[in-house]
Amino acid sequence: MDHFPTNWGRPRNDAFDAYGTYPIHQRPQNGPKDAFVDGVQRTQQPIVTGTSVLAIKFKDGIMMAADTLASYGSLARFKDVQRLFPVGDNTVIGAGGDMSDFQHIQTLLDGLTIDEFTAQDGHTLGPAEIHEYLAQVMYARRSKMNPLWNALLVGGVKDGKKFLAFVDLLGTTYSASTLATGYGAHIAQPLLRKAVEGYENVLTEEQALKIIETNMKYQVAIITEEGVRISESKTLDTHWSFAEGIRGYGAQAQ
Amino acid sequence: MTSIGTGYDLSASTYSPDGRIFQVEYANKAVENSGTAIGLKVKDGIVLAVEKLVHSKLLVPEANRRIQTIDRHVGLATAGLLADGRHLSNRARDEAANYRETYNSPAPLKDVADRLGLYVQAYTLYSSVRPFGISTILGAVDQDGPALYVVEPSGVFFGYNGAAVGKGRQLAKTELEKLKLSELSMRDAVLEAARIIYLVHDDAKEKDFELEISWIGPDSGNLHVHVPKDLFDEAEAKAKAALETFE
Repeated sequence: MDHFPTNWGRPRNDAFDAYGTYPIHQRPQNGPKDAFVDGVQRTQQPIVTGTSVLAIKFKDGIMMAADTLASYGSLARFKDVQRLFPVGDNTVIGAGGDMSDFQHIQTLLDGLTIDEFTAQDGHTLGPAEIHEYLAQVMYARRSKMNPLWNALLVGGVKDGKKFLAFVDLLGTTYSASTLATGYGAHIAQPLLRKAVEGYENVLTEEQALKIIETNMKYQVAIITEEGVRISESKTLDTHWSFAEGIRGYGAQAQ
Repeated sequence: MTSIGTGYDLSASTYSPDGRIFQVEYANKAVENSGTAIGLKVKDGIVLAVEKLVHSKLLVPEANRRIQTIDRHVGLATAGLLADGRHLSNRARDEAANYRETYNSPAPLKDVADRLGLYVQAYTLYSSVRPFGISTILGAVDQDGPALYVVEPSGVFFGYNGAAVGKGRQLAKTELEKLKLSELSMRDAVLEAARIIYLVHDDAKEKDFELEISWIGPDSGNLHVHVPKDLFDEAEAKAKAALETFE
């Protein structure tokens, strides 16, 4: 029974449940609707992507390498994109995944390092702090169903301690003496493990570079107690003559 | 100030009949009671120096710094109320960070000074607030090279080649005018800055003081940092020696 006389004799508004007869979760929603709710989209796939980053521990620090290709789907869209980024004096991060998300992460870290710098309190952020910060950001974003679509390697040396760890779009973290993202995680990781594990405190910079070079075409970052060095883009000698005899490669003579 | 006590000095939002705002002028008085701060714009960089009066021997050395860092390339030295100085430096940091966010490049000092000037001026408009008892020396090496500005309690700001605020500003200004600032190296500027601070310090009236010097330029990797210890010690020793020959 509708006890409001003003409603008597009028067509019933079925959309309005005056007595709360439905269970709460079934009740029709008559409040204002967000007109754009169907228009809002979150990242569901990366667009311009980078893939492999390799990193290993060696005697004096961390060596990290990444190629400079950013692909648009299967198209090799940008050929000279830097995917290694120094943060402060002791850390380098390398990124696979969406390159615009990576650029956003660079902006975040730049702001963070300025905040730390302006405090002038004698403390600087090391690789462990940078990694923790990134892990928090990545996990918070995935929890908002709006992830930053990256797999990141964080490497560095501070106070005589080597640090190398991983964090990805889910906020997953782990640490090992060899790490890789993207295609490199499938192809290079087993080779790196074989070459590096057990020799982390023995390998010289030259030997480490050799290991990286047999696995990559790239840019190399070397982080030691002395600081960060990131090389120019280099190309590797590749040998494809063996492919001549393969069916489906090059012009087909049948 | 003949019209003092006539009621026109009670609020920053009231003019006196001859068109002055006494609360702003009182804010300038707060600045004049503070230890001297100077800034030098030289050939390729900026040097800031401050005479920090230490009111107690119990204070931790190097605490309560009056030279602060706003952005990688921007430094700020204040004269006046210490707490106001910290509030303004926080605001300047926000403005510099906001510029970066918007334009993705380091803020030119002119823009930081402009925004800080607007902020300070807003505190001269309302009866509910008090103007800042602070004169701010802003220094930076930006896209166009070294830059030096002073923001006053009224909100006006001017660019300078050499700036001095606080108690000993008159003597400091005459000393700065004697220097060929545009030909000075950063190192020499640090020595001169230390000498001037020691010169303007009035031993008879004031207790102890602590010297603070920072710089921005090629010598510091274009970052605003306090000068390295060896250079600081050298500058301080030379300043003390110069003082003895001066007298």
